[in-house]
Amino acid sequence: MNAPTDTPKLHDCRDAFVETLEALAAEDETIVAVVNDSVGSSKLGGFRDKFPDRLVNVGIAEQNMVGVGAGLANGGMIPFVTGAAPFLTGRALEQIKADVAYSETNVKLVGISSGLAYGNLGATHHSIEDFAWIRALPNIVVVAPADRIETAAAVAWAAEYEGGVFLRLSRVGVPDLLPEGHVFVPGKANSLRDGSDVTLIANGVLSHRALAAAALLDTKGISARVLNMATVRPTDADAIISAANETGAIVTCEEHTIFGGLGSAVAEVVVQNAPVPMTVLGVPGEFAPTGSANFLLDHYGMSPEGIAASAEALITRKS
Amino acid sequence: MKPFTPDELRAKANQIRRRDLQAVFEAGAGHIGGEMSVTDILTALYFNVLRVAPQNPLDPNRDRLVLSKGHTACVLYVTLAERGFIPKEEITTFLQPMSRLNGHPNRTKVPGVETNTGPLGHGLPVAVGMAKAAKISGADWKTYVVTGDGEMQEGSNWEAIMAAAQFGLDNLTLIIDHNRLQQGARLADTNNLAPIAPRLEAFGWEAVEIDGHNMDEILAALSHEGRTPGKPRGIVAHTNKGHGISFMSDNVAWHHKVPNAEQYAQAMAELEEAAQ
Repeated sequence: MNAPTDTPKLHDCRDAFVETLEALAAEDETIVAVVNDSVGSSKLGGFRDKFPDRLVNVGIAEQNMVGVGAGLANGGMIPFVTGAAPFLTGRALEQIKADVAYSETNVKLVGISSGLAYGNLGATHHSIEDFAWIRALPNIVVVAPADRIETAAAVAWAAEYEGGVFLRLSRVGVPDLLPEGHVFVPGKANSLRDGSDVTLIANGVLSHRALAAAALLDTKGISARVLNMATVRPTDADAIISAANETGAIVTCEEHTIFGGLGSAVAEVVVQNAPVPMTVLGVPGEFAPTGSANFLLDHYGMSPEGIAASAEALITRKS
Repeated sequence: MKPFTPDELRAKANQIRRRDLQAVFEAGAGHIGGEMSVTDILTALYFNVLRVAPQNPLDPNRDRLVLSKGHTACVLYVTLAERGFIPKEEITTFLQPMSRLNGHPNRTKVPGVETNTGPLGHGLPVAVGMAKAAKISGADWKTYVVTGDGEMQEGSNWEAIMAAAQFGLDNLTLIIDHNRLQQGARLADTNNLAPIAPRLEAFGWEAVEIDGHNMDEILAALSHEGRTPGKPRGIVAHTNKGHGISFMSDNVAWHHKVPNAEQYAQAMAELEEAAQ
């Protein structure tokens, strides 16, 4: 992809996650981390060294990991159950359903290296179904932060919130998008740029790409609104309906299959409230080929140029 | 509540069996076989062992009981009602539309239920988390979990068994209701886990085997006196599916079969006779 001209510094959101978690754990002795051997890839080595009694490593056993998280919550702890997103969500989905969602336990599920982050390790390691799987469950707030600032804010919010949360984090570097001191509000989208001809809705590692696409569209005289929609459930229906009514066209961009993710969540609101043309960008119905995460996002039409082209084509369908 | 004596427990268990039988008969559904096999264990727990208070079901220092074999929810409801967690008359709503007493227990609706079970292999991992929470916080409350024996075919249980030993959870007790029958066949003809106790020991647990219908043996096994420090305890409770009702006992047909009027009358008569 073409980087923005001023080449901003990129950050790994895992760093913001562990820094925030360690700071919270220093203040609250009920905060624990539960891992499936993945201390290193979750970057929880520092947490383990500072709070050895509160790092619960169940070994390579994701079903048990989520069940143990629910039990820790029952016993008064605030567990951050952290593991590679594909295995945390796919392997332990029934535990997430029964022990977390249905039992309404105060469990924080943290999916690391989500989406296409594992890139060329292949489709077994891609987590591009997790929005759909977890969004189908009641009682779990699904959040994909866009940068280190939103990650830190979402982690702080999750620790305070009484209930189930799925935090979907990447390891792919992203620039800062939100202002320092940003306060995370679940179910509330943030406008990264206003516009009147089309709205680009994205989250996670796609938000900065959508913003870059809006800059490209601007050079062609197209005014694009950009919404960073970290929360996939509950969705920000007000922001979506306003976008539909005020810009008349919506492009969604996600590091996820186009079946059941952010685009689907937006479309559910659009078709029932303010039907306008939409394009849903994401991974089509296939397992992704070999390539880095950034290569694959470009490959699937989600470079800034690709997103801009989709928006330009969509606008011609406006009534 | 003053802990019941073994004689009082035997009488209470008989009463619970009769109420459970009636509820399943009236609802026209239930899992009568596994309910009769686990009744003595649940009765001992709720009327002698567990430090719980119906008036304060979420007391942070309560002992925890997880019924992982959630399909035997009806006998848990009856036991909770007898113990004062829910009104006794509410048992008549079992499985009725909009009743909170559905076929598997729900912690958000029924006080005394700790976690929602139903899919097998869920209760033990959650119980391990509970026991670990008590260890982390230095609390002395205890965790008990009851599974079926067929349920031990679920791999998630063995993940939890490994973790419990690794964590040294001597505040955790697993009671396996070893009635030798699963839904469609005998355990031995399906995926035989027996003998179970040596398997638990091989995974670093302290294992004991008891007659799961003998109150004195149940109480001795559940006691925390004389346990091995640092080891979780596994109790292999040898039971009979359909225990206490002659034509159901150890009969694979009675996993979730419902008695007809004639069978119901005979079953109730046998239980009433045993109560004398």
